[in-house]
Amino acid sequence: MAKVLVVTSGKGGVGKTTTTAALGAALAQRGDKVVVVDFDVGLRNLDLVMGAERRVVFDLINVVQGVAKLPQALIRDKRLENLWLLPASQTRDKDALTEEGVGKVIADLRSRFDWVICDSPAGIERGASMAMRFADEAVIVTNPEVSSVRDSDRIIGMLDSKTVRAEKGERVEKHVLITRYDPSRAARGEMLTIDDILEILATPLLGIIPESQDVLKASNVGTPVTLSNADGAPALAYMDAAKRLCGENVTMHVPAERRGLMDRLLRRRAA
Amino acid sequence: MSMGLLRLLRGKKASAPVARERLQILLAHERGMRGQPDLLGVLREEILAVVSRHVALDPTKVIVRLERGDEVSTLEVDIEVPNDFERKKAAVA
Repeated sequence: MAKVLVVTSGKGGVGKTTTTAALGAALAQRGDKVVVVDFDVGLRNLDLVMGAERRVVFDLINVVQGVAKLPQALIRDKRLENLWLLPASQTRDKDALTEEGVGKVIADLRSRFDWVICDSPAGIERGASMAMRFADEAVIVTNPEVSSVRDSDRIIGMLDSKTVRAEKGERVEKHVLITRYDPSRAARGEMLTIDDILEILATPLLGIIPESQDVLKASNVGTPVTLSNADGAPALAYMDAAKRLCGENVTMHVPAERRGLMDRLLRRRAA
Repeated sequence: MSMGLLRLLRGKKASAPVARERLQILLAHERGMRGQPDLLGVLREEILAVVSRHVALDPTKVIVRLERGDEVSTLEVDIEVPNDFERKKAAVA
């Protein structure tokens, strides 16, 4: 049965779009049929991160308003044949996202895919509330930093009250994904620990993505990080997170501080 | 080397526990406020309704402000009543 998953955070710049692309690709690499949907109307970027920016013809709002049919707006990934993108509109206003229209598109996507992954815009306005409205599950992307954790807490409150599931008295299954985790800073007591974040948010952990140059490199070339450097630490962490979304029991790997001599020398030079 | 020992040697205080404590206090407060009606908004509307039954008012000139103090909090209601509001309205009409 299809699952609708929202990738959300409240705060901007924490890695929602990177995560949407990486989890979408990871689930598709496992053989599921996946569509990633950009809800950031006016500031779309999922197309760019996925490397499909020159192939956008129609978008979500065109489909919501009936200007285009869903298959016309869906863009098939060039690397993974069961991964698709539904881009956001770059020119229209987010008020064009009516609840009825979005609901119809999501229902249609449910009948065609195993996973519908909604990339939420930052904030708590219309775009963000529409992205989570029809979700069955949520990935709350959180950085180990006070403002991100506070905003995640706010978003968790919205997931528990403003979604269709919540209004029916059902639960949206929530997972916290910690990104940009820097083990050396955590070891020095300069960064909220994983346990701190989980205790404060009282939400189960989906994965820990270490801070890595791989992520920027992947977005530079428009490839999800699970494909661009499949053996790198972020890719492995995203693959594990995808397995957990599929119900597999995977041991949580907490990134450890690299303490090799070369690493220490390199880090000293970088600092 | 343990976290504590490392810090001791460097003579630095870890900031993460401070972050954790500040967040816990703040979120306990914010969670309590969630789902509550917007008290100031409701007050503002009701005060506006009562006063404008007797005096003509510019609704944008009604300001309701709540300030939290340690001992007491103050509720400040600032209503600007224009002396010539009626006349201006008549002139426009």
